[in-house]
Amino acid sequence: MDAAIELEGVERRYGERVALAGVSVSVPEGATLAVLGGNGAGKTTLLRVLAGLLRPHGGRAHVLGAALPDERWKLPARVGYVGHEPLLYRELSGRENLRYHGDLHGVQHGRIQEVLEELEIAGRADEPVRDLSKGLVQRLAIARAILHEPTLLLLDEPRANLDPAAAELVEPLIGRSSGRTRVLVSHDVSGALEESDVALGLKGGRPAPVDAELYR
Amino acid sequence: MYSKGLAPLAAATAVTITTAFTLVFFYAPNDADQGFIQKIFYVHVPMAIVALGGFVAGGVFAIKHLRSGDSSWDLRSYVAIHLSIILGVGVLATGAIWAKASWGHWWVWDEPVLVSFLVVFLLYCVYYPLRFSIEDPGRQARYSSVFAIAAGAFVPLNFVAVRMAESFTHPRVLSQTGGDLPGDMRLTFLVSLLGMVLLFVTLWKLELTAKHASMQLKKLRNRARVAA
Amino acid sequence: MIAAARTILRKDLLIEWRTKESVPAMVLFSITVYVLFHFGLDRDSLDGELASGVLWVTLLLAAVIGVSRLFAAEREQGGIDGLLLSPVDRTALFVAKAVALFLFLTAVELVAVPAFGLLLLGPGLGGAFPELLAVLALGNLGVAAVGALVSALAAETRAHELIVPILLLPLLVPVLIACAQATEPLFRQEAGPEDLGRWLGLLTLYDVVFVFLSVAVFDFLLED
Repeated sequence: MDAAIELEGVERRYGERVALAGVSVSVPEGATLAVLGGNGAGKTTLLRVLAGLLRPHGGRAHVLGAALPDERWKLPARVGYVGHEPLLYRELSGRENLRYHGDLHGVQHGRIQEVLEELEIAGRADEPVRDLSKGLVQRLAIARAILHEPTLLLLDEPRANLDPAAAELVEPLIGRSSGRTRVLVSHDVSGALEESDVALGLKGGRPAPVDAELYR
Repeated sequence: MYSKGLAPLAAATAVTITTAFTLVFFYAPNDADQGFIQKIFYVHVPMAIVALGGFVAGGVFAIKHLRSGDSSWDLRSYVAIHLSIILGVGVLATGAIWAKASWGHWWVWDEPVLVSFLVVFLLYCVYYPLRFSIEDPGRQARYSSVFAIAAGAFVPLNFVAVRMAESFTHPRVLSQTGGDLPGDMRLTFLVSLLGMVLLFVTLWKLELTAKHASMQLKKLRNRARVAA
Repeated sequence: MIAAARTILRKDLLIEWRTKESVPAMVLFSITVYVLFHFGLDRDSLDGELASGVLWVTLLLAAVIGVSRLFAAEREQGGIDGLLLSPVDRTALFVAKAVALFLFLTAVELVAVPAFGLLLLGPGLGGAFPELLAVLALGNLGVAAVGALVSALAAETRAHELIVPILLLPLLVPVLIACAQATEPLFRQEAGPEDLGRWLGLLTLYDVVFVFLSVAVFDFLLED
């Protein structure tokens, strides 16, 4: 069975500066990859490359069978991305935001109500996003990411701002039990390692062993 | 890689420009109305033609850059536009001198080429702030290329529009370029034009070589620093 | 692509309707500029080329405001990423933004042009009517296409509010020339000879060149 993610010597430059170099990892379908490292180590860059947002400058990369960078266009339909920004328009309501993203993905309208209910935000879905608390906004961001039932989840601190009850709520959707292939970036090292099958440490854009040195 | 043929090119430029100067001062006739100062025409018009050509070339290089993703095309585009902007200052300055000598004012709006050149110059001046306020180098190059293409397409459109707007037709020497110039003026003009073209290409190659060298140096320094 | 453009357009119109940010500001600005011209030129009424010039310069300056704000929501709220993460043709974004700008300009002109007729125009708008609409339509199209491109170009720069005016206005000089020359005879006290065809022709040429060009290069602005 082909791996969901296959990276070999992936490189990404920012002008002369190295953002990623020599990144190699293989993630089987349904498995979770934990990406760990200090600030500026390249974790977000790697996530964005996997999402198809950034093109790799070197090396070989296959994500869900699509070769990057040439077949990047195949990725958006099958990738769900929860990043630092919720990617929601503050003046629109949760429901309107989901309808917007849903229409771009060709999602049925019934699915929107379904997701709103699964995340228990249906009651406040018609208020503008700027009136919602950070926790609700995060849930909405997760809703946006899973709306189109992606095969691969790219999660950058997905449980930020979520209280324990909310964290439990989202578990079947974006957690290990969701059965989806996941790439998880988290500062909770032990927690991340616990719920992952493969771990990749990054330091200065290059692979590094996952130990105390990683965060120096 | 850019300096191929630079030496013979520079030599050809020097020869042509010297010839042009000789012709301008000793061969071309003094204009009956405007006197000696009319001879600035032999600098002003070739400069304008070459500058506009440089802007359009910048656009063409930009198209190649976007299609190939090869940043050397972006460098070619940048240098072409950069030199043309400098020439542009010269065009406006010599245009002003000529206008003052011919019509008594430092600026006239009746000359559609000069006027449309002013608009083009104002547009291209934005190239620097646009380019250098984008931090990501890849994006900087791509956005600059988009600008160069849009601005390059704009140049002829703008000229047509300004020309249509000017309802006056002055008996100006500019309109006679290539057309009704008497023999001795035409020869002088063509040699001057050739000299200007060669000068531009020589300076372009020179700057490309210099920039390329300094970029290589920077790369080597970075590599040394990383290895250390 | 058209369906996606429609979705994005609907979102932009909805946001503008809720926030009422761009259009009212552009209208207010236009009327303020008319007042400035009144004092600056020390005239109660204008006709012919002066009227033509004041109207189009004012509308172009107001357009600068609209162009500055066009990608604001995207820039501030990560909207471009949201679009790049969907399986949608990127040209849809350009089409949506250009159409949005066109609609905003039309909305502004619905108020600003009659206001001009009221405040400054000597001869009155009646005689100018169907021709004025043609000029406005073609002019808006050019401004919309170039404006959307410029807005995207300036969006990533540090000083985008400064870059937009100096980048947009020279590019719109041909539009200004064509519109002003076209309406000049329409604004005269006694109807003069009109030369509308050639100016509409220039506008059409400009529109065709820049619509095609913008669509062709826009993708490269979103790429990474």
